[in-house]
Amino acid sequence: MIKTVQKYNAIMTGNEAVAIGAKLARVRFISAYPITPQTTIVEKLAEMVANRELDSRYVEVESEHSAMAAVMASELTGARSYTATSSHGLLYMHEMLHWVAGQRLPVVMSVVNRAIGPPWNIWSDQTDTMNQKDTGWLQVYCESNQEALDTILMGYKIAENRDVLLPLMTMEDAFVLSHTSEPVNVPEQKAVDDFLPELDLSFRIDVENPMGYGSYSTPDGPFMELKKDMSDSMDKARKAIKKVTAEFAASMERDYSGLLEEFMMEDAEYAIIASGTLASSGKYVVQRMREKGHKVGLIRIRFFRPFPSEEIRNATKGLKALGVMDRSMSFGTGGNTYLEVSSSLYGQGYTPIYGFTAGLGGRDVKIEDFEEMFRVMENKEPGRYWINVRGAD
Amino acid sequence: MAMIPVAEVSSRANKTDSWRTQKPVIDYSSCIRCMICWKFCPDDAINYSADEVFLSPNERIARLEAPVIDYDYCKGCGICSNECPEKSIEMIMEGGE
Amino acid sequence: MSVELTEMPFSIPKQELMEPGNTACHGCGATLSMRYVLKAMGKNTVVSVPASCWAVIPGAMPNRTLDVPMVYTPFAATGASISGLREALDLQGKEDYNVVGFAGDGGTSDIGLQSLSGAMERGHNVFYIMYDNEGYMNTGVQRSGSTPYGAVTTTTPLGKDRNYKKQPKKVVADLMIAQKVPYVATATVAYPEDLVRKIGNAKRINGPKFIQILSPCPTGWYYSPEKTVEVSRLAVQSHMFPLYEYINGTFKLSKPPQPIEVRKYLAAQSRFSHLNDAEIEEIQSYVDKRWAELQKMERGSGQPTPG
Repeated sequence: MIKTVQKYNAIMTGNEAVAIGAKLARVRFISAYPITPQTTIVEKLAEMVANRELDSRYVEVESEHSAMAAVMASELTGARSYTATSSHGLLYMHEMLHWVAGQRLPVVMSVVNRAIGPPWNIWSDQTDTMNQKDTGWLQVYCESNQEALDTILMGYKIAENRDVLLPLMTMEDAFVLSHTSEPVNVPEQKAVDDFLPELDLSFRIDVENPMGYGSYSTPDGPFMELKKDMSDSMDKARKAIKKVTAEFAASMERDYSGLLEEFMMEDAEYAIIASGTLASSGKYVVQRMREKGHKVGLIRIRFFRPFPSEEIRNATKGLKALGVMDRSMSFGTGGNTYLEVSSSLYGQGYTPIYGFTAGLGGRDVKIEDFEEMFRVMENKEPGRYWINVRGAD
Repeated sequence: MAMIPVAEVSSRANKTDSWRTQKPVIDYSSCIRCMICWKFCPDDAINYSADEVFLSPNERIARLEAPVIDYDYCKGCGICSNECPEKSIEMIMEGGE
Repeated sequence: MSVELTEMPFSIPKQELMEPGNTACHGCGATLSMRYVLKAMGKNTVVSVPASCWAVIPGAMPNRTLDVPMVYTPFAATGASISGLREALDLQGKEDYNVVGFAGDGGTSDIGLQSLSGAMERGHNVFYIMYDNEGYMNTGVQRSGSTPYGAVTTTTPLGKDRNYKKQPKKVVADLMIAQKVPYVATATVAYPEDLVRKIGNAKRINGPKFIQILSPCPTGWYYSPEKTVEVSRLAVQSHMFPLYEYINGTFKLSKPPQPIEVRKYLAAQSRFSHLNDAEIEEIQSYVDKRWAELQKMERGSGQPTPG
């Protein structure tokens, strides 16, 4: 469980918290394109740059593809770079995400999770970021405005680790976090500077040492080795994540305990895996059910990439059943988290797994919906279920 | 340290002489050292030299550097021969006498 | 025939920033363009290159052929890439670096137009060089927006209905003038001194610069490789590819001393060999009309800042 010393000194929305996180990380270059519900992040940053509160270049590009292309170029010069987007904007960037990761650039981006059309829908949904899980970016789903801010700071430190050198995206739910004010502790700049040193990119552009960045490779060239190295680095990131979250806990007194968070899992018989703010609602329900004597628990996935397979295996030992909640759907198979969890638990003894698709397009997931999930796990066969949807069996 | 996709080795490592089917040969006696062939070589395969062996017998241009073809890289496109104002560069079939 | 040695033999800078050993086709015009551009830019230069012939000309990893940093960039992103490079270098005090986008005509007139237009509008101090070989040559000679009327390509094959490209060339340099980019010029490989001089003029402008370089392609225009410079020259002499320079609103057109009919330019390349007299006349009248428009534009403008 997350251990936090509550020392709030501000009240702000998730998007403000994220913008302040980027400022505290002393990003030198920002390039972005407007999209609801991300826009207030970059508006805030543009204001900070205009008011000389932040020594950074802000480039207002004409598309998200260009935003990430500009960020890739600036990061190559050795400047710590940042952008933010949502939904369709993230999909429009998709090609560039592969490039930034493939070029091994430790960019950090904030994504406000929003549904993909049609029909147009600006509310919370994880389809946008689930579509990016194969790009080589580390992915972190946040649960609170505080976590959204802190994850920017930890994110740069993890991404810039010499054994990692992969970009990282932080996620916050549309409106529930992005536009909702919560108490937040904003760290002192000095403390952040001590925690997060300046970027020193060893392969940055230098006319005295001209190189081709990206180039091309034949099948017998280093192509496959480079991809294997990205995969290895993603695995090495697990260690870096634990190290950096521990360092962060030591200096900021907020402990995010690695890749996932276990909530009331000690003697749980039934548990639900969730991410983002749905995990907060889930925790509330778990607590209520515990009070009534039900042995239930919750696992909140923070890092989706690298995926916390080992942590999930350890946390789910001895469960009677495990439910996995997804706010996205891979059509023709199942929820993305459900698939990953199933794959992680394969061959580890028989834990019945239930896949719950819920909350698409911002659809409410209410207390009774969580209770329904636990009822399904107790009474029905393992499989895939839709929650709070019209026309379901 | 992660593996970074950068290209650091000069393409000089990649000789392109085997691409050639025809070879340009400069007749230094008629060459006027105008360097038009050097100017128009797309493969940077024509250098210049002030070496004595290339000195022109023509006094007016005796002090000018002479074009020297680098046969390690010349692909034999023939632009130099086509553009030479004095027709001093002959294209000769490779593999022949 | 002989030439009078009225000037020093080295009419363009001696410095080479492009090394031999590249993997371009024989007689490649795009390679000449890069060589000249770098001579004019000098060593403190960073080049961003999208998907195009120039993404393969340096050879496979680990080879590089430029003595300046070269950033490989996705197809649509050259304008954004140079924007990011410029601003990030400036904030590190590297204002003396030239930031150069070097993109083909497909990457400029088609998929990269939005990114280009955005970068020019924002006014970054960058060069955008469009090396124009009038088609998607790296992928095997497909039609682009910059392919001229009348040309056959692999996606406008002649077929049974004379399916050559039916639309006139989209001239991106003209679009850049319409957008009031402070420096816009056209150039071609047959006139490297002109190109080097133009880049010299462009360097004096702190803002966006756009130069479109016609870069003949033996592989895609179907002519023999030794004719690259000759074809480039014919393009200018026939007014098919007018050379001009636009500096902060003043427009200057280069007038070839001995103009020729477009027929001579077309006849030099097999991509036009199917054209009949009526079609050639149509091209001639289109070229004449555009030439008259450019002359009118020059008359209506002041003289450019001397370079």
